Amino acid sequence: MRIKLSKDSILSLVAVILGLTAGAILMRLTGNSPIEGYRYLFSGGAMNIERIGNTLATATPLIFTGLAVAFAFKTGLFNIGASGQMLMGGLGATAVGLTLAWPKPILLTVMMLVALFAGGLWGAIPGWLKAKFNVHEVVASIMMNWIAFWTVYYAVPAYFKGPFLETESRRLPSSASLKVPWLTNLFQGSYINLGIFIAIATIIIIAFILDRTTLGYELKAVGHNKHAAQASGINVNQRIVLSMAIAGALAGLGGASFYVGFASNMQIGVLPSQGFDGMAVALLAANSPWGVFSGSIFFGILHTGKGFMNAMTNIPPEIADTIIATIIYFAATSVLVERLWVRLKKKKILRFLEKSDVGAGGGE
Amino acid sequence: MDYVVELLDIRKEFPSVVACDNITFQLKRGEIHALLGENGAGKSTLTNILFGLYQPDSGSIRLRGREVSIPNPNVANHLGIGMVHQHFKLVHNFTVTENIILGSETTNGLFIDLRSAAARITELSNKYGLNVNPHAKISDVSVGMQQRVEILKMLYRNAEILIFDEPTAVLTPQEIQELMKIMKNLIAEGKSIILITHKLKEIKAVADRCTVIRRGKLIGTVDVASTSQETLAEMMVGRKITFTIDKQEQVCGGSTLVLEGLSVRNNNGVLGVKNLSLEVHAGEIVGLAGIDGNGQVELVESIIGLRKVESGKIFLKGHDITTLPIRDRLNSGVSHIPEDRHKHGLVLEYTVGENLILKIYNQEPFSRRGLLQREAIAEHSNRVIQEFDVRAGQGAATSARSMSGGNQQKTIVAREIDRNPDLLIAVQPTRGLDVGAIEYIHRRLLGQRNKGKAVLMVSLELDEIMNLSDRIAVINNGELIGVVDANDTTENEVGLMMAGIKRGAMA
Repeated sequence: MRIKLSKDSILSLVAVILGLTAGAILMRLTGNSPIEGYRYLFSGGAMNIERIGNTLATATPLIFTGLAVAFAFKTGLFNIGASGQMLMGGLGATAVGLTLAWPKPILLTVMMLVALFAGGLWGAIPGWLKAKFNVHEVVASIMMNWIAFWTVYYAVPAYFKGPFLETESRRLPSSASLKVPWLTNLFQGSYINLGIFIAIATIIIIAFILDRTTLGYELKAVGHNKHAAQASGINVNQRIVLSMAIAGALAGLGGASFYVGFASNMQIGVLPSQGFDGMAVALLAANSPWGVFSGSIFFGILHTGKGFMNAMTNIPPEIADTIIATIIYFAATSVLVERLWVRLKKKKILRFLEKSDVGAGGGE
Repeated sequence: MDYVVELLDIRKEFPSVVACDNITFQLKRGEIHALLGENGAGKSTLTNILFGLYQPDSGSIRLRGREVSIPNPNVANHLGIGMVHQHFKLVHNFTVTENIILGSETTNGLFIDLRSAAARITELSNKYGLNVNPHAKISDVSVGMQQRVEILKMLYRNAEILIFDEPTAVLTPQEIQELMKIMKNLIAEGKSIILITHKLKEIKAVADRCTVIRRGKLIGTVDVASTSQETLAEMMVGRKITFTIDKQEQVCGGSTLVLEGLSVRNNNGVLGVKNLSLEVHAGEIVGLAGIDGNGQVELVESIIGLRKVESGKIFLKGHDITTLPIRDRLNSGVSHIPEDRHKHGLVLEYTVGENLILKIYNQEPFSRRGLLQREAIAEHSNRVIQEFDVRAGQGAATSARSMSGGNQQKTIVAREIDRNPDLLIAVQPTRGLDVGAIEYIHRRLLGQRNKGKAVLMVSLELDEIMNLSDRIAVINNGELIGVVDANDTTENEVGLMMAGIKRGAMA
């Protein structure tokens, strides 16, 4: 297991390095110095305590959506609906936060639970459609994204309209926000909020479920080989629904962390990009929970630093997005990198055999 | 000496293994030369070199005394070398003629000249006694006929050297007889044949000479007529093999499995099993014989619970399990060694240890309140690995994918038998395994029987059925043709039943 993990991390690192190299070439081509560019990009994401706070705050929803994609993938399902699940989670949490005036700890707990169930429902529906009618989860969850999109589009102006703009909800009172003064002060006024702690706790829980529980064993068995799982008495269809529900719940929490933590109101007409970035994170993480954590932090740095890079140099901020996209390509084609690696290794062995003359008369 | 093909001192290495270790193989004109070896011995590599699919690292190929190089199969065809693959390469909705000319069509202006092609095929068919109708569609003809189409394909291309790769694996005993007759006809007309096989009986029946290879090394070339089966087997395996299985007489107990008028649909939605009734008693092995695709898969899947029963009932130890979920059936004492070990048998990404608990992971002591108990699992897998002699490099932590087929199968057999099932269903339990592993698995199946458990064994290998079974049930086209006592039947009779001819209806 450890060997495999380290192989995956090497491949991810190779993808990152190749992506950064491609970015450097692009910076060079646009007539800028890559060294300058990267210096400002990374210091923009980590040069002081406030920026570190913002990096963590940007990474928080990515951790959730990354987990949402990775978890479903362990069961062999491609959850492309994290955006919609985020929206529903965010809408649920916002609705509760704007309606109830309970003490902060209780209110936040209820808000997170509502987000969890709303997202879970949004994931369970494609899961159920897959289990019952064999509708492909990619198609179903894309459709669910748009249902969520238009639900928000209708619900926010109708029930939670802000005082000035039709296109966004009222601001949440501070008693309904995941931002807490001590944390904001500690990070000198950044966007960081309680979401990051919930995210880390969630990683621990998900890693535990996958590694140590019969549920994780079943889900992974279904993901690797559903025929063998079925023949062993595992109820494959039920596990598919459950896996998608848990994935949806994770993205729902991510929605809450974004809309009632990072932001303090909901805008209509936007599918949150974190839902899609989650796929990139999961891909880069090779679906490992702690890999999702590192990947999210890395993407958080790039997102937070790109503005600073743009301010200090002539490099357009889109370069950062291009780097992310390139990394995704290299992560997705990591099979090729691996194959190359294996071939190089084989050549080395052959050469070694030739040199030491062990090869002759070998066999068994 | 008049050799048509000479593979001289052929060496082929793959990373970490020498597939052919300076092997010399010489084929005389007009002989049937068997190439014998276990799976992975290097038979396929050697023939693939002759057929142009691989290039040898060293050594030379001589054809009719002239040295040649064969860079690809097209060149091989051109040189008169043809191969009948184990898995036929035919287009099912084409006719026999269309399949045969595919790739070397003769044209009449813009049109394919089907008529003269068909005439030539008829002529070839008559000459070699193949009895093929050139206008029949492939999907309508039997497997044996399809094989003859493959043979015709080579003859149509004027092949002089024919390679048969495990040609009898898919045939009934009668079809095997036919094939042997055809092979004799072919050599009588001056063709030369290389027969790749691991079945000694067929070599004795048809081959003139036999070359044995083991683990990439040439063991020797012998005259078949003056060599016994036992000697051939010893050459192939490298040690003495017991052919006869010690099967003590045993009194059967009550019926463990009862099928009553069972009908099951197949994947095409038609009845794959038709009104089938069968009993398997405690302490007996019932062998289900039949040609591939005659309802065996559907029958087994319906007993396991993977497939819905259309009508009829399944009883296990007197309890109706027809509609029980799979897990309940497993827990009430059914074990299953599946036909396809990679599809239904193992999670290849899991370790051996994880695979060994695939059906018991949710039971104490392997899990408590939903948490896996790693120590109990490790203890269990170490015990099972030792008891069933599963050879795994890193013990329980070995990934299932990295093991040999034999050890993967042993892992499944271990898991299924260790549960001490009342009913063991073994489907093709020795498919693709070497002699040693086959011997081992047969002993284990007999062990279950001797312990007073019921065993239902499905196999396409008639030898396996004849050797192990107490009773033999024969299935054809989804119908049970009959059940015969193994001591009271012959291979010929079972073969005819496999073809759908009921007992007593024979002349």
